[in-house]
Amino acid sequence: MQDLGIQILFEGNNFVRLLGGLWITVKTALTAVVISLVLGILMGTLMTLKNPVVRILTRLYLEFVRIMPQMVLLFLAYFGLARAFHINLSGQLSALIVFVVWDTAEMGDLVRGALISIPKHQYDSGRALGLDNLQVYRYIIIPQTVRRLIPLAINLTTRMIKTTSLLVLIGVVEVLKVGQQIIEANRYTAPSGALWIYGTIFFLYFIMCYPISHLAGRIEKRWQN
Amino acid sequence: MIKYTPLYVEAAGRTLRIAFWGILFSLVAGLVCSLIQYFKIPILKPLTSIYIELSRNTPLLVQLFFLYFGLPKLGLVISSEGCAIVGLSFLGGSYMAEAFRSGLESVEKGQVEAGLSIGMRRSQIIRYIVLPQAVSISVPAFCANIIFLIKETSVFSVVALADLMYVAKDLIGLYYKTDEALLMLVLSYLVILLPISIAASLLERRLRYAGFGHSDTF
Repeated sequence: MQDLGIQILFEGNNFVRLLGGLWITVKTALTAVVISLVLGILMGTLMTLKNPVVRILTRLYLEFVRIMPQMVLLFLAYFGLARAFHINLSGQLSALIVFVVWDTAEMGDLVRGALISIPKHQYDSGRALGLDNLQVYRYIIIPQTVRRLIPLAINLTTRMIKTTSLLVLIGVVEVLKVGQQIIEANRYTAPSGALWIYGTIFFLYFIMCYPISHLAGRIEKRWQN
Repeated sequence: MIKYTPLYVEAAGRTLRIAFWGILFSLVAGLVCSLIQYFKIPILKPLTSIYIELSRNTPLLVQLFFLYFGLPKLGLVISSEGCAIVGLSFLGGSYMAEAFRSGLESVEKGQVEAGLSIGMRRSQIIRYIVLPQAVSISVPAFCANIIFLIKETSVFSVVALADLMYVAKDLIGLYYKTDEALLMLVLSYLVILLPISIAASLLERRLRYAGFGHSDTF
């Protein structure tokens, strides 16, 4: 009997399995975001230093990570590390490393941008009021930096979540892989499964990323001044 | 390594060709979408909004899977290259639209009014006042998007397109030439993207002078 094919989603625990796959993606992205938020702030502060050696090194790091497609970085971590140092990482762990390395660079650049966007007179007027260095940062610089940073950091997070879809290519069983498994398993009973499964995954990503990027846009508008 | 160089050159050429068409189409789509948004054309405006949100909030890889494996079930079979170009344009269109929209919006209302007051027609105002400024303001964002889109081409191997990643994966899988394959992969992307990135930053520096009436752009 020909059927619509949509019921492939509701057979057995297919939908729950898809969500489970999605969770692996999200977990990787969020773990990486949390780690690299900390590292990124350090990195961004390092980038504002005047020391030429630090400057060149951080710059090289940033440019390399920026120019290489994330896919290449994943390959380097997954195949390259195993080959060069005989470190055998699971797909998920190497993905986590790549995301942390990548996100730290991007976050560092955002932090740097936010820090240098604070005009110098803000520091000066803080000192003129008799605040010490710590107080200037605590009450004047950090609050302003954070306001500029948060929308950008949220946008970066949605980028991370979207990029985690690449995990399937280094053998992590995440949402796309689960989708493939379901499609293969039901090849004969639901021939049009691919349409429904991939369509569902498409919308799952959308449902996940849209609220986050919407939130970023709203925060940005509200905090514009 | 030298033996495999032609493979990489060929793959890089293929990647660049697809990137070229994808970027071209996404520029066109972006311009059209942003103009629709800017002039608030009824019916079309909500449609473009939906398109922009959909394509910005989903990964290219998932879009490609849907195009390549999903659509044939509806009887719509697209070749790998077709899929790659359609997917890249679908993704890029929204990014270009956003970039251009922010350019259009940053042209102040006073400029349009000034044009009206010296008796220009609406089309003339767009042609001579709004567009030149909007384009020059959005060039940095365009360049960033172009680099972003070229990087995104690295997922095309999933639709069975023999791009750089595909060649590298092949060499790793067939001959265990992991070191060489990965080195060549990194080099190829550097060769493609470094000049573009440098050119973009030079262009940006030059075009900064064009921002008339925006003291903050200097």
